[in-house]
Parts: sequence; structure tokens; C-alpha cells
Amino acid sequence: MAKRIIELVVNRDRYQVAVAPERTLLEVLREDLRLTGTKRGCGEGTCGACTVLVDGRSVSSCLTLAVECHQREITTVEGLASQGHPLVASLAAHGAASGGFGTPGLLMSAADLLSRHPDPGPQEIGEGLAGHLAPGTGYGRLAAAIAASARELADRKAGGPA
Amino acid sequence: MTQPRFEVHQPTTLEEALDLLARHRTSVRVLAGGTALLPGLRAGSLAVAHLVSVNRVRGLRQIGFAEDDGLVIGAGARLSEVADHSAVQRHYPALAAACREMATPQVRHMATVAGNLAGAAPFADAAVALLAHQASLVLVERGGRRQVELDRFFTGPGGHVMEPMEMIEAIRVPAPPRRSGSCYRRLASPGRVDRPVAGVAGFLTLDLGGGILGARLALGGVASIPRRCPEAEALLLGQKPDEALFRRAAAACVRAAHPADDPLASANYRRLMVAVLAERVLKACLARALEA
Repeated sequence: MAKRIIELVVNRDRYQVAVAPERTLLEVLREDLRLTGTKRGCGEGTCGACTVLVDGRSVSSCLTLAVECHQREITTVEGLASQGHPLVASLAAHGAASGGFGTPGLLMSAADLLSRHPDPGPQEIGEGLAGHLAPGTGYGRLAAAIAASARELADRKAGGPA
Repeated sequence: MTQPRFEVHQPTTLEEALDLLARHRTSVRVLAGGTALLPGLRAGSLAVAHLVSVNRVRGLRQIGFAEDDGLVIGAGARLSEVADHSAVQRHYPALAAACREMATPQVRHMATVAGNLAGAAPFADAAVALLAHQASLVLVERGGRRQVELDRFFTGPGGHVMEPMEMIEAIRVPAPPRRSGSCYRRLASPGRVDRPVAGVAGFLTLDLGGGILGARLALGGVASIPRRCPEAEALLLGQKPDEALFRRAAAACVRAAHPADDPLASANYRRLMVAVLAERVLKACLARALEA
């Protein structure tokens, strides 16, 4: 089928890409834009490795057609890192980032969670990460890292140390 | 890897979408969240030449509630939007629970209630809850609209009464009468987010004397379609609710179940769990009806 030109805003950068209708957002991010932080796992929306934010909400990029993302705002794990999101350092500090394959998706779900629940309890953290299979580090350290990030975001908002 | 080929149409009005469905009716599907379609399309097990995306159709994503009219869920409304809607949480707890507990957060941000119904999976959580809420569907095609009761919509696994050029425009759910309570409980296997082992939804309305004025029960994952339990409902009507009555109704639910063995669970386990879930659901419905 004929390719069409779409415009994507990825990590605040604007891209124009020619894509065939059957290609997924995951493929375009990894293969066309060379943003390989987002991983391909199960391809069925079960494992969470391909999670990105589209207009601020976590989605499975393996189940999202790229043409449907025309003029949408997309955030990948590269964007979280370059924007200095405290989750990135916090996962490292808590030893919660050992699995390189699952961690990018987990970070995106955690970012989505913190945007909706600035002070999440264990229940919310558990439910927020329910779309990810088997993080290499176990769930306890992750929960601690997310809670610490929530506190840091609250401090930043209050004008505390950046 | 060879990729399956299909065209994606992105209309911005309902009229345009219906024209496209009619024009391509021999090989077309409506695309909303895509969570159920994409795996099959990409694996080649679902061969369709045209997808009509409804994601840019204006007005299709609305959720509205009025005390007299009840709830209207637009075909584009995401599971997470329905689960987070204050009127849904307040008046339709069974539906809110189904939309909150199924799949994963990512999929709930993408998938629609309409898509859950159109997929017609025997275990479709939202379908089970909506059967208990006595929902109906507004189906639309180029020639006009028709309303279909949800309990006449499913014809078999993956099958429904919709024509290829028709689509779900909205889901209508009547406002619950006073002294009503509803509940949905699902049993899922850890690590299997795509489907529950079984699900049960219930709805009870009490009269002024505390007797049961209205009763509906629905099952998922234990028959070829999501289905109501008329025998259990008849057994509850006009009775005073108590534990013995609920146990008998739960046993009637088990008789309405025709489960199969599959890698998730045995048929026998599903029967046992339907009894447990139905009893818990009825107790929760009663407690909520007494609070209301």
C-alpha cells in the first residue's frame, strides 16, 4: 500500500516520516527514527516492553499503527532521560534497573502513573505496573524507586532542590 | 519479514466512515483501539484489506449520563475513560470494575468498550457487566440506525448480529432504579492479562419491603458467548435475599455455564469458580442496594 507522510512529535522533536499503513509506532520509532530504547517484546500488548506515552498516556506501541499517531505527542524512554525525569536516576539508585530489556517500558508506565497519582500508594504502584511481565529486579525495589521519584517531583514542584 | 498489507482510512465524520464501510464491505473492519485487531492482522490470521479508523470521527468518544436517560458511551470511549468517569463509578459499579480490571493499563488506554463488544469474545469483561446493566447498542449504517439489546447481539465466539457495513455508534445503559446495586468479579490467572478464567456480573433491585424486585446475572468465559442466567434470575425474583437464596442462585448460574477445558483452567474448575463468584457478586449487589 502507498506510503503516506506523517508528522510525529517525539520527545518534543518534530519528525516527518513516510510510512506504510501497516507499520506500527514501535517499528517507526526503532527503525526510522533510530530510537531503540523502546523494545519489541511479545507483540501482543502483554509484556509491556514497548510502552511509550502518546499524548501523555501509556500505550503499547506494538499495537499502535504509526499512521494513527499523525500530529500526536509521543514520549519514549530517551525523552524521559533527556528531560531529566527523576525516575531514571531513582531506578538506578534503588538497584531497580538491572533488566535492560524491560526497564524502558517500566519507566514509561511509572511516568504515566506519577502524572496521574503524584503520591501513589503500594496499591496504585502495583496496579500501575500491572502491564509488565517479570522485571529483572523484582517489584519491591521498583516500588521504592517510584515512591522516591514521587517525593522528588513534589520537592521540585515546591521549589526545592532541582 | 513479509508484512500483511491493508489500507487504513481515517475519516473525520460518521457519514464518511459509513460510506467507507459500505464501499469496502467485502473486506473491512472498524479500527478503534486496535488492541484486538492488530495481533491477528500482523500474524496474518485476520486478512482484511481495509481498516476504517474511527479515531478521528468527531463526537464519537463522548460519555454522557442523565438521571432519566441513563448512560451513553460513544464507540470511541476508551476503557480507562469509562472506568474513570464519575457517573459510571457511582451508578454502574459493575461496568466500572470490568473496565478497570481487564487487560493492562496500556491496553485500557487504547481499547474501547465498543471494541470489547464487537470482538464478541466469550470472556469479554465489559460485555458481561453490560449484560447485567441491561445495555443495548445503537448500530448505524449509511441507511440508518437500529437499536439491539445486548443479550441478542452475540451469536457465537467472535460472532454478532452486525452487518459488515454497520458499526456500533454508542452503547446505551438504562439508569438504575432506586435501591439497586451491581457488581462484577473476575478471576484471572497471574501472567495472563488478556483474558479472565471466568467473570460474573450481577444487578439487584430491592422493593420497599426489602424483597428482590429485579435481578440480573451474567457470565463470561464459561459458554460460547457472554450470557445471562434466566433460571437464576427467576429464582431470585420476589424473594427475600439471604445467604441460602444466594447459594441456590449461584448453583443455577453453574447450570447455565457450559465451560470448556483450555490451558487456562479446566471446565470443572470454572464451574466451581462460577459458584464462588456468583455468591460474592450477589452479596456485594445486596450491600450496595441497601446503601443506595
